[in-house]
Amino acid sequence: MADKIFRVNMTNLTSTIEEVPPAWAGYGGRGLTSTIVSAEVEPTCHPLGPKNKLVIAPGLLSGTVAANSGRLSIGAKSPLTGTIKEANSGGTAAQLLARAGVKALIIEGQPKGDTWYSLAVTPEGVTVNEETELIGKGNFAVVDALTKRTGGKQGLITIGPAGEMKMGGANISIKDPDGGLRSSGRGGLGAVLGSKKIKFIAIDPKDGKVAIADPEKFREANKVFAKALVDHPVSQALGQYGTNVLVNIINESGGLPTQNFSKGQFAGHEAISGETMHDTILARGGRIKHNCHPGCVIQCSQVFNDAAGNKLTSGFEYESIWAMGADCCVDNLDHIAQADKLMDDIGVDTIETSVAFGVAMEAGVLAFGDGAGVCRILQEDIAKGTPLGRIIGNGAGSVGRAFGITRVPVVKNQAIPAYDPRAIKGIGITYATSTQGADHTMGYTIATNILGVGGKLDPLTKEGQVELSRNLQIATAAIDSTGMCLFIAFAALDNATCLPALIDLINAKYGLSLTGDDVVNLGKYILRTERAFNTAAGFTSADDRLPEFFYLEPLPPHNVVFDFTGKEIDTFWNF
Amino acid sequence: MEETMKRITVKLFAYFRDNRFKLEEREISEETTVGDIVDALGIDRQEVGVLMVNSRHTEFVYRPAAGDVLAIFPVVGGG
Repeated sequence: MADKIFRVNMTNLTSTIEEVPPAWAGYGGRGLTSTIVSAEVEPTCHPLGPKNKLVIAPGLLSGTVAANSGRLSIGAKSPLTGTIKEANSGGTAAQLLARAGVKALIIEGQPKGDTWYSLAVTPEGVTVNEETELIGKGNFAVVDALTKRTGGKQGLITIGPAGEMKMGGANISIKDPDGGLRSSGRGGLGAVLGSKKIKFIAIDPKDGKVAIADPEKFREANKVFAKALVDHPVSQALGQYGTNVLVNIINESGGLPTQNFSKGQFAGHEAISGETMHDTILARGGRIKHNCHPGCVIQCSQVFNDAAGNKLTSGFEYESIWAMGADCCVDNLDHIAQADKLMDDIGVDTIETSVAFGVAMEAGVLAFGDGAGVCRILQEDIAKGTPLGRIIGNGAGSVGRAFGITRVPVVKNQAIPAYDPRAIKGIGITYATSTQGADHTMGYTIATNILGVGGKLDPLTKEGQVELSRNLQIATAAIDSTGMCLFIAFAALDNATCLPALIDLINAKYGLSLTGDDVVNLGKYILRTERAFNTAAGFTSADDRLPEFFYLEPLPPHNVVFDFTGKEIDTFWNF
Repeated sequence: MEETMKRITVKLFAYFRDNRFKLEEREISEETTVGDIVDALGIDRQEVGVLMVNSRHTEFVYRPAAGDVLAIFPVVGGG
């Protein structure tokens, strides 16, 4: 079926199905969400007001059998950063939306009263329904209730209490194939959905299927592509240890932010490492490998059980474990897993919220290392929306302002993840220049700075870092448009057959003849479009800087500061 | 001539630990390179992703000094 734009107006509770404007036809995923947000959202609008729009788009290849193509993009003006935002997630929603014929779902306007709603998406259109039963409920209760109400096969996009309370750290949850949750975590997009009074979106594609222009060519390309992914050793390590394999290597490099970014190594690293997690999962009968969407051949997710052998959490990622672990000095993996589950249920970003806890610990709200205290505050304050809960739930910047703390690791008010930019300088360029606030996934220089994938570049020198970050940010913007998981990039950086096979997949699906240059140009177009939105919203190059403490406080063990001048950072945009 | 021996620390990560160790102190000779240590551990050099000495990246040809901490990782990734 031909893809269409599905549009919902929450001011008058109506919906329409529109033809795709020719100017949008070539875009998917992040390329499409950023194009639509730029075209239709006033850059200076209040992110939680009626003029903001939430745009949900599957990638160009989502809904096909292409390996790892089930990623979803959600875009809007971010209430956390004030910039344009695209948050990317697994789960089944991208594939089901594509099969329902949805190229993009645009949610605009705002209802006036206190009534809450849900959306039901089918190939026939979107229905807006009043919702009462699930308001105030956590995400897991929503998934359970809707599985009973509508059957387990539907796609589901939900917000927890944090989204309802419009907290800056609120995320959007996407149901995975087993009823677990994946998160469009960053930038507070759950608050935007909450501002539209939408608790959840159910997706039923009925018997909808995605059309392929050249099925034979598509099959051949997918074989080559999947083989490149499966063969790469990083894919294999991700399957065995998950992303948390990084704790020990980043710690060894001296770039593991510890105790609210005051040290680069954590004494308790071994207890929270991927190796320990792997052994714990085995001993407790969890699952080492798990896929966040059907068709993933890497399977970096896992199911982590508690000591009694019951499921505690899944999709237990390095950045979450680092943030609640090293940054908060919690060396107890069970406390971290419990906090991870609570954050998923309340619907807050694990990075933003855990970094906010690190700042709160520095402020003396609770002690560093108090994992039980974190779980208590999550349940008693953030879930219930007490004043303290709202201060922490609004993110690391909010906590810093409330308590007069200067060591607040944010860029454009978004918390810095898992890699200290003083000891790993390339990622500092990414944090500073990203169009969406600090975000490691925007240009993952760790691959080359630390892991030796896609070449090697010393993390402690300045030379080459701006160019590295630029090339990765351009490539990432393009990959984020395909529906592909970003982890295909490890294979794409090292295996010459991978990227051509990906381009062949797109060409075979749409009957196109794109080249590698077209993909690079797509990435550049997306970055420029996003930056133009931010400029119109009032951002300048003065916002493309790291917090002052990174320039002033040397980070042990290397005792280095971040030493790029503003002028050097600004050369990022020379393309 | 009596050979001078140096004491270093070797750390292994991920599946390199299987049937080996997490951390061990070793005596090495003056001439020993990182590559020699990897070979002696029965680790295929092709499987080595990252080598660090004292938290800085290094190469197979480096000769560790007394007191060095050598970390050997397979090819890993995440993010």
